[in-house]
Amino acid sequence: MASNIIYRKAVNPYCKLWKVLNTPRWFSAQSCSKPVEGPSPVVNKERAALYVHWPYCKRRCTYCNFNKYISNDVNHERMRRCFQVEATNLLRDSPVREITSVFFGGGTPSLAEPRTLGAVLETVSKEAWLAPEAEISMEINPTSIETSKMKDFQIAGVNRSSIGVQTLNDSALRILGRDHHSKDSLRCLEKASEVFKKRTSVDLMFGYPGQSLDMWRKELTQMLSLCDHHISLYQLTLERGTQLFKDVAAGLTVMPSTDEMADMYFAAIEILDSHGFSQYEVSNFAKGGNYCQHNIAYWTGQQYIGVGPGSHGRVWRPREDGTHQRHACVQTLEPENWMWEVEKFGHATRKSTSQTNRDILEELVSVCLRTAWGLSEKNWSAIVTSVRLDEFLSSPQTVHWIQKGFLRKTAEGLKATPSGLAILDSILPDILVDIDTLMTSHRLSNQT
Amino acid sequence: MSLQHFFRHNAQRVCSACKQLHNQAVIRPHRHQSAVKHGLPQLFSDVIHAHNFSKWFFRQRRFASSGPPNKYSVDLSQFPVENIRNFSIIAHVDHGKSTLADRLLEITGTIPKVPQNQQVLDRLQVERERGITVKAQTASLIHTHNGQSYLLNLIDTPGHVDFHYEVSRSLAACQGVLLLVDANQGVQAQTVANFTLALESDLAIVPVINKIDLKAAQPEVVAHQMNSIFGISTDEILKISAKKGTGVWDILTAVIERIPPPKADASQPMKALLFDSWYDQYRGVIANIAVGDGVITKGEKVVCMSSKKVYEVHEIGFMHPTPLPVEALYAGQVGYIITNMRNTEEAQIGDTFCHERSDVQAHPGFRPAKAMVFAGLFPSDQSEFVALRSAVERLTLNDSSVSLHSDSSPALGQGFRMGFLGLLHLDVFCQRLEQEFNTSFIVTSPNVPFKVKVKGAKNIKEHGGSEVTILNPCHMPNPSVIEEYQEPMVKGTIICPDQYLGSVTSLCLDRRGLIEDQLNIDNTRIMLIIRFPLNEILVDFFDDLKSVTSGYASFDYEDAGYEISSLVKVDFMLNGSVVDELAMICHTTRARDTARRVCEKLRETIPRQQFGIIVQGAVRSKILAREDIRPFRKDVTAKCYGGDISRKTKLLKRQAEGKKKMRKIGNIDVPKDAFIKVLKR
Repeated sequence: MASNIIYRKAVNPYCKLWKVLNTPRWFSAQSCSKPVEGPSPVVNKERAALYVHWPYCKRRCTYCNFNKYISNDVNHERMRRCFQVEATNLLRDSPVREITSVFFGGGTPSLAEPRTLGAVLETVSKEAWLAPEAEISMEINPTSIETSKMKDFQIAGVNRSSIGVQTLNDSALRILGRDHHSKDSLRCLEKASEVFKKRTSVDLMFGYPGQSLDMWRKELTQMLSLCDHHISLYQLTLERGTQLFKDVAAGLTVMPSTDEMADMYFAAIEILDSHGFSQYEVSNFAKGGNYCQHNIAYWTGQQYIGVGPGSHGRVWRPREDGTHQRHACVQTLEPENWMWEVEKFGHATRKSTSQTNRDILEELVSVCLRTAWGLSEKNWSAIVTSVRLDEFLSSPQTVHWIQKGFLRKTAEGLKATPSGLAILDSILPDILVDIDTLMTSHRLSNQT
Repeated sequence: MSLQHFFRHNAQRVCSACKQLHNQAVIRPHRHQSAVKHGLPQLFSDVIHAHNFSKWFFRQRRFASSGPPNKYSVDLSQFPVENIRNFSIIAHVDHGKSTLADRLLEITGTIPKVPQNQQVLDRLQVERERGITVKAQTASLIHTHNGQSYLLNLIDTPGHVDFHYEVSRSLAACQGVLLLVDANQGVQAQTVANFTLALESDLAIVPVINKIDLKAAQPEVVAHQMNSIFGISTDEILKISAKKGTGVWDILTAVIERIPPPKADASQPMKALLFDSWYDQYRGVIANIAVGDGVITKGEKVVCMSSKKVYEVHEIGFMHPTPLPVEALYAGQVGYIITNMRNTEEAQIGDTFCHERSDVQAHPGFRPAKAMVFAGLFPSDQSEFVALRSAVERLTLNDSSVSLHSDSSPALGQGFRMGFLGLLHLDVFCQRLEQEFNTSFIVTSPNVPFKVKVKGAKNIKEHGGSEVTILNPCHMPNPSVIEEYQEPMVKGTIICPDQYLGSVTSLCLDRRGLIEDQLNIDNTRIMLIIRFPLNEILVDFFDDLKSVTSGYASFDYEDAGYEISSLVKVDFMLNGSVVDELAMICHTTRARDTARRVCEKLRETIPRQQFGIIVQGAVRSKILAREDIRPFRKDVTAKCYGGDISRKTKLLKRQAEGKKKMRKIGNIDVPKDAFIKVLKR
């Protein structure tokens, strides 16, 4: 922790913000185990989460369609400089005064030099307030080399790790094209628990070719004996353009059926529940309140800034009349072009689309309902006041889904029931139609 | 300018495919090599060289040039009635009709002899691609025989059964036909149908065996077949190869000697039969006419006898093979006129033109073409409806045999229910719609017009008559008021090698066919006359027939009226709610199969939802088939972080848009795709 302080003792230019910053945070690592209230306060234009994208990987996983590049001669020096320049400029262009969390994702950020991450954090704390206890996460690939760098990453300022274990089945790791073995994962996990303590998470995947329900139960139980704080688990999704997609299309491999996938998903929820984990989002499970603050920011409609090739952001920008407009931004995709643009223009924001209230609301509803806390009155009214939440809750499709028992009204607003959470993708289009109707009729009644 | 003058004037301008001249895109006189070789006395030719034959052709077709130059004008008055022959070529598909027409045009010098001459008279893209003739065309040839100039009017007709009406119309303008049979394939089903048609019209028949150059040609066997089926003496039969040009010369002689001249008299009051028309975007209706008596001259006023409307003849001419304007058409001649008719409906096929205040006897007219096959036509996207409508309207201008009703379906939106003469007609129409108008649309599975008799005075009043024709299964009256069901029948002719008799018979019986007659046409081949319900041969019949006979069978059919039948309406239900647009009418014995097939398709195409769906096919309340769509338990995106959120919201928005358009049956969302898959052919 000593190292963190080095970066953050930089003079905080926003002293008057102390009051704001001292208000209790909804979920810190130490908070209670069961989520009771909405996880985050109303949208605050002066606070933001920061995402940093490291675009390089050592090899291509067969299932991955992320923005990643395989390169053997990464110019670390140049990348570092560009991250710093872009972070500085994006922060300066926004009303953000505090960064609540930082997340290094990729690609494979554990392939980056620890000092690159350190430099980014240093830059951030120069431009905004970064609280000493703020969550600084990174994704770590469990190979031996990367495990050995873990301590250095911690010294650089990282305080939470998400280990890309994927599976403990070695033949599955081969199918998935991963470059590690299960024993590497175990060693890495051990080290991570030592370095990051409770702030250690595991990425697990189910539904790979050849996996049975029984295998999955065993694997998950084994995993729980090693990581007891946070688990992200994903159903393997076939994405177009990946090797796995081609193999399945060509009939070389067979994915488990949708029913088997559903069985695995429900089995996982049951096992995790019996181990004291709570499902606080569709794919995320935490024990003892060890939530990922950064992701919660995404799911509650908070502002976030994306730095690095292809990263996305949702940023409020001041308008001339003093009000703010939210923008959906994307940075330039390819690392080379990204660096060139950053060097030339100071940032590589390729696209910035202003969002209407309806856009923001639709996004908010789609992500909020994925969480255990659901959609709250506070989140809703922070964005629109013209249409009230209870109007939405009494509109036809929403009522239909509530009556069917897939959605539930709560004291704060609306949330998905466990059965609803599992089929949320078929519910959302319906209730988005409701929102659309409400907003349209409201606009029309305003015009007349 | 007289015709002789024209010949003299053009004597040096006759040419053929002289490649060196293709470099010069100008009209240039030079000698016609083949003319010398064949010793052709005179040739009458508008020789136009362009870089590219089709470009030339296209320009002519469109009348785009600014009025034809004077030198094209020909005086037709020197062809007296006895020097005129109007004839047509009838044949089975692919027996070489269009090739023969090409050769006839070439050897008479009507078109330059270039290798590109293929199906010159088939002008539509679909005709060229499929190698079929859809629209009848005429071409006038001038040929000298025994020192006399003859005007031979060739009326090219479609070969396919669906276009029978075109054939019968064309035949009304002829006095004789060339009955063309392939020396390899022999007499085929359509040969029989066309022969009957010609015989009924009392036409002189010149039998011709084509493709004698082929290795597998058996002209003697085929001649024997023609003798046994048609009673044609084998000596009468001409043996030719249209491809090579062998014997084509003799055909011209036979046409002149064996086919009588039209019964016409130039001194009588003018009377002309309108036997076809087409629509030109720039010039309006172009009517093909056969002049009976008298003379019709450019600039004069003519009366359309059915409507009594008076039109001025703006242009008059004959097809050579492209329109060639003249001053007048005389008794017995075939040509075209352009008046100020704005749409093809004004130009009623079978109508008679005469002069004002003249009291000639009108032609009895033709039976209007009757639609036998109906199908729904819907735009792929509702926003394209207007474009589709205008395309359909423009296309029907040139094809008056298509019947058109507007239709709307809750699933497919606004569209049309169209009646076609047959399946090929439907195919051709759709292909033209796609190619010539670049529209995208959905065609539903074809069905036939059933008839029902309703009982009870109140019901009869409600349905506007005791006999109700049902074009759309949704509109079928309640079974309790129906006294009698009728379905359209056809008389089918199948000709195939006798070794396949067993499998063909069982195929026909399977399609509810009734074999009425069976005849050996030679030692190896057999002809079957079968009565079919039209509905049974609509889908896949021809393909099945071909596959059980290794492709050797030919099939043709003609309308055979309605017959009492036992029909039921099969309804389809999703969790008990009836899906109207899927209702189907079929024969009682077919109900279970139909129900099972559609239920299966629905199970495959309706996506699983969060509750189970029972798909049922039923007649009245009796369930005939059932499929279950099991509910899914999980449908949620695994990852939803920064970039995923953008992607996810975009997808959700699109789905929400789709939801607004999706057809809900009860509480089940049925994608349009499911309807298309079930309804599409």
